[in-house]
Amino acid sequence: MNAASVSTASLFMASSLVLVTLFISYWQRLHLEKGILTGAVRAVVQLSVIGYILVSVFNLNSPAFTTFLLFFMIFNAAYNAAKRGRCIRHGIFISFLSIGGGTAATLSVLIVSGTIEYTPYQIIPVSGMIIGNAMVALGLCYRQMTSNFQRRRDEVETKLALGADIGLSSREIIRDSIKTGMVPTIDSAKTLGIVSLPGMMTGLILAGVSPIEAVKYQIIVTFMLLSATSLSSVSACYLSYKSFFNARKQLVRY
Amino acid sequence: MPLLDIRNVSFIDGSKTILDHVSVSAESHDFISITGPSGSGKSTLLKICSHMISPTEGDVFFKDRNFTDYNPVELRRKISHCFQTPCLWGRTVRENIYFPYWLRGIKPDQERIRNLFSLFRLPLAYMDQSAEKLSGGEKQRIALIRSIVIEPEILLLDEVTSALDAENTQITEQVIQHLHEEGLTVLWVTHSTVQSRKYANKILTVVSGQIHSLEVIK
Repeated sequence: MNAASVSTASLFMASSLVLVTLFISYWQRLHLEKGILTGAVRAVVQLSVIGYILVSVFNLNSPAFTTFLLFFMIFNAAYNAAKRGRCIRHGIFISFLSIGGGTAATLSVLIVSGTIEYTPYQIIPVSGMIIGNAMVALGLCYRQMTSNFQRRRDEVETKLALGADIGLSSREIIRDSIKTGMVPTIDSAKTLGIVSLPGMMTGLILAGVSPIEAVKYQIIVTFMLLSATSLSSVSACYLSYKSFFNARKQLVRY
Repeated sequence: MPLLDIRNVSFIDGSKTILDHVSVSAESHDFISITGPSGSGKSTLLKICSHMISPTEGDVFFKDRNFTDYNPVELRRKISHCFQTPCLWGRTVRENIYFPYWLRGIKPDQERIRNLFSLFRLPLAYMDQSAEKLSGGEKQRIALIRSIVIEPEILLLDEVTSALDAENTQITEQVIQHLHEEGLTVLWVTHSTVQSRKYANKILTVVSGQIHSLEVIK
């Protein structure tokens, strides 16, 4: 394998791995075949398109267009995350604010500290990792919150009946949901280097960068993902829990 | 002026009518027993009284002011609702007993806590017990203490003795009776006619979401 390039033939050969997933789904009657095929086709199409777009964006080197692309990525992530919390009012808006806020805060620290520059070459891939991670975290938060409000209904109603406000009645649920959103990123940080050599580090090594340099980048990425995930999860949970109550501070049944 | 006035209240859940134009009022110091078959709408009526749910139609008044004119949190601090299944949280009983004080930002009244533990025949050492390790009867008594540790103006009880043994039921009845004698207004949903006749001054019977009878017995 060449350090920096993959031949089209190799790519086709590697694509046969999708068949393994399809076989498992068929064999175990998971009924995931359609999803796997859609996922695989979408991954190829979307990545190919973004590959060409990135070439143009990197050549264009326009801060305005880079910012526009960031907003586009955040909106798409918000749209997807909101799907996991269908009973959350203004889910897209809340997700947009949370992912956007987490991304902006994390990027600001990285830019101010001189770790990265506001150039499309650096901002787009770094933001992609942050936004993607925050999107997954928010999806987990919403699912956990919805499930907790159903499962722990008695506890919330008892607290309301004792005269607690909705925030206090939901506090444990909010905390649990934030935790659920953050745990995968924390677990992944714990096992870095032992279980996994993450995508960015692997990519840099494959591209010929020294492992020590790749490690430095990976440390930055790990810390930035922790920060973005926690900021996004906290803001999304505190903005969304009110959806489970009506104007008279009564727990709504979904 | 009634303390609590339910006027022409209906509650519809989806296509099912749970309460159908119910009107009833509770005067100050009333002890109203609410009886009726399972699924007749008794618990829903109680939830409307504590503003846990709002009626689909009709109004509820507390001290001549519509529920909708109150801050819901303030209202629920005056009308305490104890549910059929006790729900305790945290690590110890103390966290549960202190919860109502903590909400209001006031210091726990140790004298009142001691008194209530004594009335419910629970040793004060239970305060540091794990809430999870208590028996069903103990949990219910702790939940009741938590509901009245800051004295409400109205106490709503939803079949709080249904899962208790005879001894715990008797203890609970005596405490509620004692608090009523001290001036507390009580609305108690119960299946026991003996309990109703022994303690209540009014018996409200609800059948299929409608008031079947309101008997004044004392």
